Amino acid sequence: MNSETKTKASKKKAAVLKSDTNGKLDQIFDLYPREEDSLIMILQEVQDRLNWLPPEALDRVADELNVPRARVQGVATFYRAFSLEPRGEKVIKVCLGTACHVRGAQILVDELERRLDLKVSHGCTKDGRFSLETVNCVGACAMAPAIVVNENYYANVKPDKLDKMLKKEQQS
Amino acid sequence: MSAALSFKNPEALLAYAEKVKKYRQQRTMEIRVCAGPGCIARGGREIFSAIKATIEKNKKELKKKNLEVGVKFEAKCTGCHGLCEAGPVVTFEPSKLFYSKVKIKDAEEIVEKTVLNDEIIKRLLFKSCDSRGGDLIKKYTDIRFYALQTKVALRNVGVVDPSNLDDFIAEDGFKAFVKALTEMSPDDVIEEIEKSGLRGRGGAGFSTGKKWRSAKRVKQDRVWIICNGDEGDPGAFMDRAIMEGDPYSVIEGLLIGAYALGATDGFIYVRHEYPLAVKHLQMAINTLEKAGLLGKNILGTGMTFNLKISRGGGAFVCGESSALMRSLEGKVGEPRAKYIRSVEKGLLDQPTVLNNVETFTCVPAIIDKGSSWFASIGPKSSTGTKAFSLVGKVKNTGLVEVPMGRTLREIIFDIGGGIIDDRPFKAVQTGGPSGGCLPVDKLDLPVDFDTLSRAGAMMGSGGMIVMDDRTCMVDIADYFIRFLIGESCGKCVPCREGLRQVHELLDRIIRGDGELDDLKKIDRLCHTMEVASLCALGKSAPYPVTSTIKYFRDEYMAHIEEKKCPAGVCKSLVKYDINKDCIGCLICKKQCPVDAISGENKKLHVIDQDKCIVCGICYEVCPVDTVDIISGGEIVNRRELEVVNP
Ligand SMILES: Cc1cc2nc3c(=O)[nH]c(=O)nc-3n(C[C@H](O)[C@H](O)[C@H](O)COP(=O)(O)O)c2cc1C
Ligand code: FES
Ligand code: FES
Repeated sequence: MNSETKTKASKKKAAVLKSDTNGKLDQIFDLYPREEDSLIMILQEVQDRLNWLPPEALDRVADELNVPRARVQGVATFYRAFSLEPRGEKVIKVCLGTACHVRGAQILVDELERRLDLKVSHGCTKDGRFSLETVNCVGACAMAPAIVVNENYYANVKPDKLDKMLKKEQQS
Repeated sequence: MSAALSFKNPEALLAYAEKVKKYRQQRTMEIRVCAGPGCIARGGREIFSAIKATIEKNKKELKKKNLEVGVKFEAKCTGCHGLCEAGPVVTFEPSKLFYSKVKIKDAEEIVEKTVLNDEIIKRLLFKSCDSRGGDLIKKYTDIRFYALQTKVALRNVGVVDPSNLDDFIAEDGFKAFVKALTEMSPDDVIEEIEKSGLRGRGGAGFSTGKKWRSAKRVKQDRVWIICNGDEGDPGAFMDRAIMEGDPYSVIEGLLIGAYALGATDGFIYVRHEYPLAVKHLQMAINTLEKAGLLGKNILGTGMTFNLKISRGGGAFVCGESSALMRSLEGKVGEPRAKYIRSVEKGLLDQPTVLNNVETFTCVPAIIDKGSSWFASIGPKSSTGTKAFSLVGKVKNTGLVEVPMGRTLREIIFDIGGGIIDDRPFKAVQTGGPSGGCLPVDKLDLPVDFDTLSRAGAMMGSGGMIVMDDRTCMVDIADYFIRFLIGESCGKCVPCREGLRQVHELLDRIIRGDGELDDLKKIDRLCHTMEVASLCALGKSAPYPVTSTIKYFRDEYMAHIEEKKCPAGVCKSLVKYDINKDCIGCLICKKQCPVDAISGENKKLHVIDQDKCIVCGICYEVCPVDTVDIISGGEIVNRRELEVVNP
């Protein structure tokens, strides 16, 4: 791709995103009272629908709730649950809670970073399929180390099980 | 039974409970399929569907055997059965038969053999890991893991179907609430809780009765009641298991609290990572609103209580009471100084009572069975039972509940079955990032709030992470510090900067660049954080570091002086080598991410040390344990056979 078509493409993508964003967000604001107290819940609803929090969505939240944009940004960056970067269709969450840590979870993170050519909490794979995150305990400590991909749990994961996991998640 | 239940008054509820119990007396067999946090990860839900489908197919057959589905026989999906290690678990009542490691394809056999023909499937029985031999055990009541427990908070978890109100009512659900409503004044309830000696299960161990009483003393129209389901301690899942497996008990506890305090509104703040807990609690709330047990004019008594769920934002510090309340207000979860008490000025600056999930779950049991019953369990200063998540390098990982005052040894070795592969025990970590690591000579300490604090650890919410000789204590200290760097709200300097500096110093030691003086520096930093931080996160942040320096000083010294990691964990100080017992299976060669391993089928493999990135994968995947970890010129991963477990 030359640089001109590239910018065109990204502009187009941004435009799609914008209209898409607005359409998808319309109902959210009627779910909760339009006040600051609802901010976190609204942001959660936005993220549930868009998978991340694009800047224009944050603009809209600030407008609708009549909360300063800076405060919206502050809350969005404070909480781990919110992603200010686009995420892959599937988010691979490797648990780094204590139980998983003592059973070798770090090895899994390192290996996934290598295999997916990704850094934890940064962007997604080139095909947009996966992004990689770490979490502090998913409550499956007895099955440590644990990995969660969207809603699917993988228990007692060893490095040689990663292949099968990625293959399964790639296909489904 | 009926779908749209609604109770006009307490008597109607009691009468209905009698009816349900009577109906249930006909039941001669019940299957409980575990879909708790562990089993769900291994397909518990799918197993349940498969069993259900097989039952459907065999309906006629079952009826012939006098096991009419829905009347005489039922299969249900429950919360955690406790012994997650053996999961997916399926149990039978009233025979107490216990099947472990069940697979989806076992479903047909279970129904056809065990249900229809009373035949036990041997391969699904639990193999005891007690040193006394690997016997097959049929009944869970005969498994030591279960036999040594006392369940109060977990009484219904693994017993009831969390989506079924009838199930809860059949287990005496709401009996305590009705008793409070009809036989006790709000003050009686508070007095009863105070007399029981119940201390908060969320970490600090403050007397619940006292907390309620002081909130009541504040002259204000409105009191809030909040249930803390943020469960941020990594390695703890007791609250998750309760919220998912027995949501009605949590709500009953809140209802009793609301009645005692005169609260009309409440919240359950649930951790971001627990979507299933949110789902089950929400289902329960919806059902109870329809049934006249939540909302306006509860059971026709005029009591109002509205309960809402709030999903957390995924910040550890929001488990702290004042930060949690800020978060509920839609703000950044920064704690505030402790001199403002939330029982006086909490949510929206109104009096607020915040208690942990497990604390609320104990409340109905106390009201039902009486404060003296609860107070008779455990030592005087820490009454009742405590749930723990027993995890890490222990054989029987899972969810346990024991009377306070049991020793660590009983929990780890008798209930937990000892250390995986019978390696030497090194430490047990309690209290999460605010707790500490206790060594082998503390194993006989009784587990209660005060003893653990005195030993430099903490009860915390109940995570109990067992560590063996392959866990590096310097790495663990740094692990918690890194955890807290990510979770500190950044508002106060001692915590924000102190954590970074301690991490720098620990990291130096881990890299092999540490100096003796570093330990002194760490000590000074820890002291400053402890006295000068704003909230308990910073104040208690040093404990994982100070406790490991205190009890495992020689391990720090080995890193500093010998440049050796005795556990073989710290990357800069170890290398991997394949020994002569290698069977040449090619597995490590295939898995090595940087192609550093050479070798042919059935021939000795060799690691090219220049290429090796010390990722540790070959060690993890070797089927015959022939990868050695070398540090300080010695092989460190071989278990020292002289160090037999206590
Ligand atoms: C940093 C920090 C994190 C905490 N996390 C939790 C938590 O996840 N769950 C919890 O119940 N209490 C947590 N607490 C304790 C709460 O502040 C509070 O003491 C407790 O919820 C009160 O309930 P209890 O008296 O029933 O224990 C935390 C405290 C601190 C300082
Ligand atoms: S520590 Fe990983 S699931 Fe709890
Ligand atoms: S989740 Fe099934 S036994 Fe714990």
